[in-house]
Amino acid sequence: MKAAAFAYARATSVVNALELLAAHGDKAKVLSGGQSLMPAMNLRLVSPDVLVDIGGLAELRGIAVRAGVLVVGALTRHVDLLRSTDVALHAPLLRDAVGYVAHPAIRNRGTIGGSLAHADPASELPACVVALDATIVIRGPTGERRIAATEFFKGIYETALSPDELLVAIEVPIADQGSTFFFQEYARRHGDYAVVGLAARAAVAAGRFTDLRLGFFAVGDRPLLGAAAGRLINASVTPALLAEAATALVDELDPPEDQQATAAMRRHLATVLLRRCVAALLARPDLAAGVTG
Amino acid sequence: MSTPVSVSLLVNGEPIDAFVLPRLNLADFLRENLKLTGTHIGCEHGVCGACTVRIDGEIVRSCLMLTVQAQGASVETIEGLSDSGEIADLQAAFRERNALQCGYCTPGMLMTAQDLLKHLPVPDRQAIREHLSGNYCRCTGYQAIVDAVEATARMRAERPA
Repeated sequence: MKAAAFAYARATSVVNALELLAAHGDKAKVLSGGQSLMPAMNLRLVSPDVLVDIGGLAELRGIAVRAGVLVVGALTRHVDLLRSTDVALHAPLLRDAVGYVAHPAIRNRGTIGGSLAHADPASELPACVVALDATIVIRGPTGERRIAATEFFKGIYETALSPDELLVAIEVPIADQGSTFFFQEYARRHGDYAVVGLAARAAVAAGRFTDLRLGFFAVGDRPLLGAAAGRLINASVTPALLAEAATALVDELDPPEDQQATAAMRRHLATVLLRRCVAALLARPDLAAGVTG
Repeated sequence: MSTPVSVSLLVNGEPIDAFVLPRLNLADFLRENLKLTGTHIGCEHGVCGACTVRIDGEIVRSCLMLTVQAQGASVETIEGLSDSGEIADLQAAFRERNALQCGYCTPGMLMTAQDLLKHLPVPDRQAIREHLSGNYCRCTGYQAIVDAVEATARMRAERPA
């Protein structure tokens, strides 16, 4: 199917993009890579009157390290994350996750800002920025504001962005020596949206977690920072304790049921990912097996 | 409300100037305006890969790109890759291995396979399958397609530089 007719405006600067958004309000949609927006428009799920194309704004592109923070411009493409040595060094979770995002032809166009602003609860990068405790940088008519990734996602395709605001960058605290990461998802076909996925960041010292952030996705209306992880921090992780955390996780989740999986299957798969994640991060293969929580 | 926009781009090395409606996607522009019908349209939401073309050297879905977004870009279609001889060996391997079948997915498969071989000259079968995972074959000819890509990689590796 084809997209319904719309008017097109190519933004010449961030300021110009904000002017265009202010002029058109919620009748406008921002077009960056278009890899989520165009399918939605072709399927007639959305029919904006105006597309504000920010694709040419070089000021929104690029990856830099500044004062302990990895700054990723909103127009940075998935393939740029995959190739960046700064990302590999300071936020390898993003690189690992991108390998699961769609397919090469889509990763060549899709952008991190577009993925976050689109806020599909089954997509990879929103869960990553939640697990990484990143900050979303937003510019609007009154200036710039910063919001924690954990506060940014409000629901299915819903974020804290107003129609007159633009997501301009993501700030990720850079990984220190003790940080480790885990990313895995179940999908029907490599590159499809996840049935269930987990993006995690941990700090491990002397065989214990000193920090553990579990970003589950495709289990609710937004990425979920698993509270069950709290039980595993500063504790000696035994199969019994892990089973307890898995039970707590199951109670915490309220996953949707769709053509791909029942809620019960999603809960089960989340506990499998939890177990694999903990076993991998603590280098304890014995914890990967075990009784279903 | 929606008025035509001027766009200038290169298609297979040839400069093209046009006025197009914003909603016209690049796949339709190539097929209908330029009669380059090698690029196929399957799903129109980025799942099947039949519309894969190269923009500035990188593969993209032409059904998920507006023609107006190609302003200033260099687009290469299957006709361009075929006429230049760049993928003659890959095409021959597809014929020899019976990887063509109905042929609908073939242009996208060739685009994607050539992209893989540029980035990873000697991929294993798993890497080939992963790279082609975004391209659907309705005849389920995957086995033969993977064979053809693998054979081409091997031939290219053995060929003196």
